[in-house]
Amino acid sequence: MARMSRMRRQEALNGYLFIAPWLIGFLAFVAGPMLWSLYASFTNYDVTSRMDWVGLDNYRRLLFDDQLFWISLYNTGFYVLFAVPLSVITGVLIAVLLNQQIPGQRIFRTIFFLPKVLTGVAVLLLWLWVFNPDFGPINVFLRAIGVQNPPLWFSDPTWAKPALVIMSMWGAAGGYIIYLAGLQGIPRHLYEAAQLDGATPVQQFWNVTVPMMSPTIFFKLVTGIAAAFQFWEASLIISDGGKGGPSFSTLFYGLYMWQKAFTEYQMGYASAMAWVLLLITLLLTGIQFFVSRRWVYYEGEARS
Amino acid sequence: MTVQQTPSTPGSSLPRVDVGRPRFDRNVRTNLFWKFVAFALLCAIGAAVLFPALWMLSTALKPDTQVYANPPIWIPNPLRFENFTEAWSLAPFTRYFFNTALYAVAVVFGTVVSCSLAAYGFAKLRFPGRDLLFTILLSTMMIPGMVTLIPQYILFSKLHWVGTYLPLVVPSYFAGAFFTFLLRQFFMGIPNEYSEAARVDGASDFWIWSRIIVPLSKPALATVAIFTFEGAWDSYVGPLLYLNDERLYTLQVGLQFFRTASAVQWQYLMAAALLVMLPVIIIFFTFQKYFVEGSSIQGGVKG
Repeated sequence: MARMSRMRRQEALNGYLFIAPWLIGFLAFVAGPMLWSLYASFTNYDVTSRMDWVGLDNYRRLLFDDQLFWISLYNTGFYVLFAVPLSVITGVLIAVLLNQQIPGQRIFRTIFFLPKVLTGVAVLLLWLWVFNPDFGPINVFLRAIGVQNPPLWFSDPTWAKPALVIMSMWGAAGGYIIYLAGLQGIPRHLYEAAQLDGATPVQQFWNVTVPMMSPTIFFKLVTGIAAAFQFWEASLIISDGGKGGPSFSTLFYGLYMWQKAFTEYQMGYASAMAWVLLLITLLLTGIQFFVSRRWVYYEGEARS
Repeated sequence: MTVQQTPSTPGSSLPRVDVGRPRFDRNVRTNLFWKFVAFALLCAIGAAVLFPALWMLSTALKPDTQVYANPPIWIPNPLRFENFTEAWSLAPFTRYFFNTALYAVAVVFGTVVSCSLAAYGFAKLRFPGRDLLFTILLSTMMIPGMVTLIPQYILFSKLHWVGTYLPLVVPSYFAGAFFTFLLRQFFMGIPNEYSEAARVDGASDFWIWSRIIVPLSKPALATVAIFTFEGAWDSYVGPLLYLNDERLYTLQVGLQFFRTASAVQWQYLMAAALLVMLPVIIIFFTFQKYFVEGSSIQGGVKG
């Protein structure tokens, strides 16, 4: 008995040693910084000596005095609203198409995975060139089909965000793989039963594929929305001077926070922004889990 | 129709084939139709996906007189391969290349070692609080990176690490949540009999980790290594924030400054961009299998 417990204690000690890298990292780079950031959000910290307690003043200024805060929140909301659903649709569509027995399947799978590989500053510069108002192929094509004044894309406040949404759809093409894995897990007999009942392929899609895929789609929505709320690096590279232009149309939440923190050194104010973002993310995730009970179908779950 | 002609006696079931045949024919025809639609759609989407990449390649090979041609020229004549060497020498890209390569290798090494250690602890060892700690690990994946960006910067500046590679490399040695989770899932699938047998023979957990678990997990570790490499190679904001000395720049930072510093011609910019992406493209085609499998486990966090 004593021997047993000594082995147990040894195992527990080893357990803590093995997870120590994560645990130390969590305390040093996640938990500690988060608590510090929460404290800083109630101060006027500016990297030099000042760190006076100002209470809720940063939050009050954000919500009531700062026009740019609301603009950046609107821009981010716009991006989330369009980019996330369109990305999910793109991914599901490609996966459904690739799930058919079709010639050239392997080649298609490779092509559609390319956007996941081609990333970084290089690809953003490529999109600047593709959307170039004068010489970019998109506008050349639009003029060829008779559009007199095609959009100026990244130079036009109305079209800069849609251009970024189009970019995100291209990037989302590479996300088909997770849906494909989900599709291949759907039992064949469900489709056979639907066919015997005379369901058309479209009906089969809505009544078999979508319910069976709903857990995967839900997972992608939750993670996709959280990620899209943090979308801003592309705007730092693409927008005019990295400031979110033209006319603040691509001033995303993260970019505005970056400016406050690292060009104006208003660290307390920027920390308050970070915590507002955290609250928004938590709130939206909570709402999604609540709503998911109505539409996400888990096989084997008893329904009353 | 054939059904009606068959004299039916009560209780005898008709042969299934007779009933099924007309419907079966119709299904084959609709199936063929849908397959054709699917193939056409795949070609269209495939073209849309390939199009920017081909435009990049085309521009990178153009003489400057053809870059702004209207209508655009897709196959340049002559093909200017010199664009690549000339673009490379417009900025100290060779130095940036070695900076980025060393940085990426250091990050990959740290991530693979620390995440697989932590994953072994969570997957194979029992200790009080394990499940709670694992839940905390999972929930950290939902925290926006921006919340920790500022305090981490303050921390590293207090340590006088700003202006070095330490802020970019050191955190990777402390087991990030996502890859720890991924490896733990994989380790859970390795039967305990292997490690139990070794333990009876007096092997330590470290021995079991390094001689049994790691060799059996090569595909999962390769997945982590590939995705970490790609992430480090492409990272932009971190290097931009911490590397304020031009000699320390990575390729991504160098590429961006290359654009803003002067009115750069597009053929050079596209040639340089292609060269910067080349290592990731080579890795993709070499390890395509791991890439495609790995990302299905990954669940597309990159969205």
